[in-house]
Amino acid sequence: MTDRVRWDPLPPELQASEKIVRPSMTYLQDAWRRFRKNPAAMLGLTMVSVIVLLALIGPAVSSHSYWEQDLDRTNEPPSAAYIFGTDSLGRDLFVRVMTGGRISLLISFIATFVSCAIGVVYGGFAGYAGGRADNVMMRVVDIIWTIPLMLYAILLMVWLGTGLHNILIAITLVYWVNMARIVRGQVMNLKEQEFVLAALVQGAGSWRILTRHLIPNSMGPILVTATMMIPGAVFTESFLSFIGLGISAPLASWGSLCSDALGALRPYPYQLFFPAIFICATMLGFNFVGDGMRDALDPRLRK
Amino acid sequence: MARFILDRVFSIALTLAAVVTLTFFMMHTVPGGPFAQDKEVPPEVLRALEAKYHLDEPLYLQYVNYVKGLLVWDLGPSFQKIGVSVNDIIKQSMPASAKLGAVAFVFVLLVGIPAGIYSAVRRDSLPDQAIRFVATLGQTIPSFVLATLLIYVFSSKLKIFPTFGLRTWKHFVLPSIALGGYSLSFVTRLVRSSMLEALGQDYIMTARAKGVPEFQVFFKHALRNSLIPVVTYIGPLIATVVTGSFVVEKVFAIPGMGKFFVDSITNRDYTVLMGLTILDAILLCAAVLIVDLLYGLIDPRIRVGK
Repeated sequence: MTDRVRWDPLPPELQASEKIVRPSMTYLQDAWRRFRKNPAAMLGLTMVSVIVLLALIGPAVSSHSYWEQDLDRTNEPPSAAYIFGTDSLGRDLFVRVMTGGRISLLISFIATFVSCAIGVVYGGFAGYAGGRADNVMMRVVDIIWTIPLMLYAILLMVWLGTGLHNILIAITLVYWVNMARIVRGQVMNLKEQEFVLAALVQGAGSWRILTRHLIPNSMGPILVTATMMIPGAVFTESFLSFIGLGISAPLASWGSLCSDALGALRPYPYQLFFPAIFICATMLGFNFVGDGMRDALDPRLRK
Repeated sequence: MARFILDRVFSIALTLAAVVTLTFFMMHTVPGGPFAQDKEVPPEVLRALEAKYHLDEPLYLQYVNYVKGLLVWDLGPSFQKIGVSVNDIIKQSMPASAKLGAVAFVFVLLVGIPAGIYSAVRRDSLPDQAIRFVATLGQTIPSFVLATLLIYVFSSKLKIFPTFGLRTWKHFVLPSIALGGYSLSFVTRLVRSSMLEALGQDYIMTARAKGVPEFQVFFKHALRNSLIPVVTYIGPLIATVVTGSFVVEKVFAIPGMGKFFVDSITNRDYTVLMGLTILDAILLCAAVLIVDLLYGLIDPRIRVGK
């Protein structure tokens, strides 16, 4: 008996069942979906966005400028005209805190970005090359790692002199080490895996493997570390400005505003309160975002 | 084991050498120099000063002499305080910093570890949530804000604690909290998370299945196994806390090493700055070494070089 197999086209109503219902998701889409479900992370994201927006548009919408002095209206408490009050030279504290936010955030964003770039290249190379090169490179990192970060930043600031650029340089030179360690660890783990071998077999060079395979695959930890670095940089910057090694007047940063407020803490505590609350909110916001990202970007935590 | 210790000591010697060299050359190439002042110094005075402190010698010779001095723990004279050596300054300022640091350290451990354990054992209870909230908050407040807030609330308004100095036990309360606040939050979170991780291990289930009392499960099985990350953190913490905080000592006017450090920045007193940096680095490296050796005692699984 020959049982002839007949191939009929599927009836239209059944064709639908063959379709993949949902569009496939990229890694980042999937991570974003999980990030959105995390209330703390979303709260952090909102806080960070509000602070960044305020710093961006705050100085523009206010009728005062950060350097404009009004010696008739010094140390005024918060009022309708001056939402955050005025400082000892009659400058509007709201604008100063917002401008300070611009400086503090700008410094921390740029410093984080640059130190990440350095750290990724350095750590990626050390991890991929391995052997003696890795040994020497990581010895250097270990030496920098052992020196307390603040001491090193302070020495750099004394050496370079105060100013915006120099804070950037000092923070960058301190922060890249952390990223280098993380990327190296990731790359060392990943380089033994099959997809790297497959790329190698197909004739990919070291550079291509590093930039197209190893680094994209370590993006999760890199992003999380970078997010955690931003509040750290805000902290370091405000600390340096607080002990008088950072931004100089009339420019302001959150740290220098706190430092200025210290002299008149007893009569005018609000002058410390406002910049301090912004530092804390930024730290908290970025920490929440970082925690949320760690959970969202880690495929092992998928439920 | 011996090889491991040797390797660690070598690595630390290398680090210290790098710190000494780096700080020396940085401080000797700062634009302006130590005697640059607002008013013009006559050139012959400047020359006499430079001759007195051997700053007219070639840089490499100054470096060699400095290192030679370091080997016998002679950190040289202060550039700004006449007749005072850096050793004198350290001798004079270290006790205050060390006392305050010790108090803050004990405070961090006595509060942080129990809070972390409690938080992990009673997971998701109300106290746990409260502890986690405070610990998260504690990590976001910079020490200078915490210090000034404490002064404002407890000294200016409530008048419970004195503002500055270190005379009675009351003087220690606020600076210790300010100094330890961040570490306290960190230790609490660390103990909680590593305790939770340990409690999820199979050997805990085994212990419970065998009928070991809960108390023993927590303290003998879980706690001991969750101590490694805590020790890693608190080792270097001793070193940093004992050498004084720049901010806390400045705000509370405590004559410790941190205050001298900040003063030496503003006074451009480079030998003091160098000496204090190097002392900090030495203490920190020693702490790191001790922690490395302690690992083996706490956790036989990572007993080194068996």
